[in-house]
Amino acid sequence: MNTIKTTTTKLTWTNHLNHIISRLGINRNGYIVEPGLYKVGTPDKEAPVFVTANYSLSFDGLRSNLTGMNCYILVLDTKGVNVWCAAGKGTFGTEELVNRIRQTELANIVVHKKLILPQLGAPGIAAHEVTKATGFKVTYGPVRADDIPQYIKEGHASKQMRQVQFTLKDRLVLIPLEVVFAILPISLISAVLFFLSGSLAAAAFFAAAIAGVTLMPLLLPWIPTPNFITKGYCLGLFIMLPFALLHIRGTPGAPLWNRIAWIAVYLLSFPVVTAFGAFNLPGITTFTSWSGVRREIKHYAPIMVWLFLPGLAGLIFLSVMRFI
Amino acid sequence: MKNMYNKNTLKYDSGKCTGCKKCTSVCPHAVFTMEERKAVLINKTACMECGACQKNCPSRAIEVTSGTGCGLGMIYEAVTGKDIGAGLYHTFEG
Repeated sequence: MNTIKTTTTKLTWTNHLNHIISRLGINRNGYIVEPGLYKVGTPDKEAPVFVTANYSLSFDGLRSNLTGMNCYILVLDTKGVNVWCAAGKGTFGTEELVNRIRQTELANIVVHKKLILPQLGAPGIAAHEVTKATGFKVTYGPVRADDIPQYIKEGHASKQMRQVQFTLKDRLVLIPLEVVFAILPISLISAVLFFLSGSLAAAAFFAAAIAGVTLMPLLLPWIPTPNFITKGYCLGLFIMLPFALLHIRGTPGAPLWNRIAWIAVYLLSFPVVTAFGAFNLPGITTFTSWSGVRREIKHYAPIMVWLFLPGLAGLIFLSVMRFI
Repeated sequence: MKNMYNKNTLKYDSGKCTGCKKCTSVCPHAVFTMEERKAVLINKTACMECGACQKNCPSRAIEVTSGTGCGLGMIYEAVTGKDIGAGLYHTFEG
C-alpha cells in the first residue's frame, strides 16, 4: 500500500501514442496513473519532491523533464484530470495534497520540507494551509514542465516561466478534440438539411459549424473584434459570403422573396452557428475571465437569437415550399 | 465595440499585504508585481479570475470571483441548472 513506485524519465512509443489519442478524447479513462509516491533514479533523503496530477499527460510531461535527476514525484489523485482543470475543480487541492503527504509518510522519506508544485496547480492549493497541516513548504515551479531543468539550474523561475501563453501551437492542439466532440451533431444536422433544403445549404451549414471549431482557434488573434461571439460571427459571415454568392448565381430567375429568405439563412443565421461553435473556446483557454464570458453571453445572446431566427424561419418556410 | 474582458472581479487591499510574494509566484498573467516589499496591481485587465492569488494570500488581501469560463458550459448550466465543475467535457464523461 505504501510502497514507493518506480518510474523513469523516458517516454516510450506507447506513451507518445497515448498522448496523441488523449488529444482526440478517446478512452479518457486510459490515462489514469496510480496516485502515490514515485522515485526517479536513486533519490536520497535530500532529494527534491515534485508534485503532479494522476493524468498521464501531466505525469509524463513532468517525468520526461527530470532526466538525470534523482528525485521523488508525489502523484495526487485528481481522477485522471490535468493539473489546471483539477485545480479549478479543487481535486488538485489542499486536502488531497495534505492527505497524500500523510498517506505516503513523506516526512519519513525526506529530511527537507520542500515541495515543488506546478504553478497552474495554485488555484487549488492554499500553500500556507498545507504548511500548517504538514510542515511542508510549497514552492511553485514554472508553468511549463519543459522549463524545469532551467528552473532547477537557476534556483528560481523567471518572469517568462511564470506566464501562460496562447501561441498558435497551443491553439492548434485544441482543434482535434473540439472536432471529435462536434463532428457527430454537425454531420447529423447537415444530413437533415441536405434532405430538406438541398446540398448547398447542407454544405454551408457544415462549413459554418466546422469553421467555428477549427478556424476560430487558428485565426483567433487576427479576427478584429475583442469578443469571442463577435469573432465567431465575423468569421462565419466571411465564410458564408461565397455560399450566398454561389446560391444567387445558381438560381437565376428565382422570385425575390426566395432570394431574401436564402440570404437571411446564409448571412444572418449560419454565422450564428459559427459563433456558437466558437464559444466553446473561452472555456479551454487560460486567458478569459469567467465574468467576461458571462458578460459576453448576457450582452450577445439575445442579439444572436434575433439574428438566427429570421434565417431559421426562412429555412423552414423554404423547405416547406420545396415539398408542397 | 466594447471589450467584455476589460472589467473583472479582482479586488486588492494593499493595506493587508505582508510582502510574502505568493501572488506574484502563482499568477499566470503577471497581474501583480512587487514594489518595495508590497504587491502592486500592475495589470488588472490581464486577470483571468483563476483565483490562485486569492487562494494563496495568507492575509486575505485579494478577492476575486473565480469559475469555469466555458461559454457553452454556462449556457448548459443556465438551461439544466447543474454545476459543471471542471468543465463541459468532464461533465459529459461523468
